[in-house]
Amino acid sequence: MTKELIRLIDCRKEFDGEVVLDSINLGIKDKEFLTLLGPSGCGKTTTLRIIGGFLKPDSGEVIFDGVRINDVPPHKRKVNTVFQKYALFTHLNVFENIAFGLRVQRPKLSEKEIARRVHEALELVALKGYEKRSVSQLSGGQQQRIAIARAIVNRPQVLLLDEPLGALDLKLRKDMQRELKQIQQQVGITFIYVTHDQEEALTMSDTVVVMNKGEIQQIGTPLDIYNEPKNAFVADFIGESNIIDGVMVEDKIVRMYGHNFLCLDKGFAKNEAVDVVVRPEDIDIVPVEQGQITGVVTDVTFKGMQYDIIVDFQGFKWLIQTTDHSPVGSTIGVKIDPDGFHIMKKSEYSGLYGDYSSYSEEYDELSADPEAGGQEDE
Amino acid sequence: MSKAKLHAPLIKLRQRFRSFLDRNRKKAFAYPYIIWMALFVIIPILLVMVYAFTKAGIGFTLENFSGINVYAPVFGRSLWLAFLATIICLLIGYPTALAISRTSARTQRIVLMMLMLPMWINFLLRTYAWMSLLENTGLINRFFGAIGVFELVNSIGESLSASWTPIDHFQMINTGGAVVLGMVYNYLPFMILPIHSVIIKIDPFVIEAAQDLGASGKTVFRKVIFPLSLSGVISGVTMVFVPSVSTFVISKLLGGGTDMLLGDLIEMQFLGAAYNPHLGSAISLIMMIIVVVCMSIMNKFGEGEETAVVM
Repeated sequence: MTKELIRLIDCRKEFDGEVVLDSINLGIKDKEFLTLLGPSGCGKTTTLRIIGGFLKPDSGEVIFDGVRINDVPPHKRKVNTVFQKYALFTHLNVFENIAFGLRVQRPKLSEKEIARRVHEALELVALKGYEKRSVSQLSGGQQQRIAIARAIVNRPQVLLLDEPLGALDLKLRKDMQRELKQIQQQVGITFIYVTHDQEEALTMSDTVVVMNKGEIQQIGTPLDIYNEPKNAFVADFIGESNIIDGVMVEDKIVRMYGHNFLCLDKGFAKNEAVDVVVRPEDIDIVPVEQGQITGVVTDVTFKGMQYDIIVDFQGFKWLIQTTDHSPVGSTIGVKIDPDGFHIMKKSEYSGLYGDYSSYSEEYDELSADPEAGGQEDE
Repeated sequence: MSKAKLHAPLIKLRQRFRSFLDRNRKKAFAYPYIIWMALFVIIPILLVMVYAFTKAGIGFTLENFSGINVYAPVFGRSLWLAFLATIICLLIGYPTALAISRTSARTQRIVLMMLMLPMWINFLLRTYAWMSLLENTGLINRFFGAIGVFELVNSIGESLSASWTPIDHFQMINTGGAVVLGMVYNYLPFMILPIHSVIIKIDPFVIEAAQDLGASGKTVFRKVIFPLSLSGVISGVTMVFVPSVSTFVISKLLGGGTDMLLGDLIEMQFLGAAYNPHLGSAISLIMMIIVVVCMSIMNKFGEGEETAVVM
């Protein structure tokens, strides 16, 4: 996990004058599971296609194992791709689909060697015995596994995966996440995974690269990204966050709503304006008289494990996740422990995220996510 | 009162028809076509069969078929020329379709439009135009004469052999070559269009997947693009071969009627001096069978694909 395998240096890409990638600098270590995470149009797929060789950066360099590969065509790269819609060869059966990459190799492999490696790959994706099937007879989940087997049978050093689970239903997606992680550990190669699903990214990755508007927002482990988001965009995109304007009075003291709170962050200038992140699960509801601040409950949603309640604090609405029920209209007090705060420097995203005034709308959008709709089942 | 009574059965009938249409809404749209097929395809074929197996005043007979081996050379020539035309159309049409499919959507529309454009002109006229181009005193020969091609050929010929007879034109009209040219010219769009329509439907990610797995441009074509476009090739081959094998206008105008083709032979039996519709029907029937056999052999190649064969 120490050797660096791929490095992108100042990669920039425009389509029709529109900047889709703006000076991307990224190092990818050997054998790591790295996820490019961001909303659609953030440049994550473009980055992947540059690594795969399907796009050339307008400027910048792509280094693979110490060699510049900007001009190396896809079929000469030691990289294989699992495509979003599988892109299987419908005129070939399962065996020949997987054998494709082996058959085009020169010098030619023996028929015996090809059969052995195809079976090995099928075993890896738990589809032994499917050799003679036509790929169009398979379910979405099975097609996805064939696509994975086809890509790793060539023993690439890097596997690129472009939202490979996007077309699967939720249950199957969860299973496949676990399986993919297992496969990656079994074959011991680098996975570069593209997704817009933050939960998927946190579950599987060693490293998460959060992207937006063609720029990298933050690179870190899932834990870093969640606990120490760099700016309001990352804080909002990964999990749920209340993001409040505050002032860093001095080290370990942040002031908001005219009240000083103890926190653990330091290193800011005296009285520097900051964004304060409070995760919904880090807020305790207490009787009004014990509360650090008080607010009025405006909305309660039962979520099974917990209640999502929206609380109005002087016009700014917070999301609190709690197991205690508080009726709409009641006034409550809240208490936040010092480690419940995360302080961020102001950025271009300040003020854009973290207010839950329109939470229900956002919720509708989430549940109406077209890609989450399951199409096929096994 | 009585008027209403009179209409009652009619109204009932109409209601029944309505409810029948309601129940079979989608099927109902197919009825005009089914009627058309019955009137102009199935009944004529049955008529051809009846004629082929009968003779005036005798009734059922196999006589029409017994003497048909006389025409074996005509069958042979027709199939050979149609085969040549189909192969040439495929060799020209496939790369053209592939090239068109790689251009922008706008260019594709324009080029396809240009391919269709000649079809707005009458088939006969277009073939006549080729006549005037290919004639001994036609445009092409006159052009060659003007730039001194024949002088060059003659001087080379004389230097090679003392008995060289000087030429003043190339014999192009009234040759098998002219007939094949006419077929290729007229039926080429029917090769390009189905192939093009299949190629543009190939998922670009499938092609990328093949490249990604290590296939070079040539291999991608051989192992992915061509196999996936086979259904279009089969459609195109059918749509060129079938009309080519039965054409009579092209062979008459460009072949000069010297080397008879099947179409000419059949036409003669119905409209010409040799008037004998029974023999004409027998020949037609055999031609139909040959075409069906050829096409089913073709279809074997595309087995397992979603075949878009026109038959």
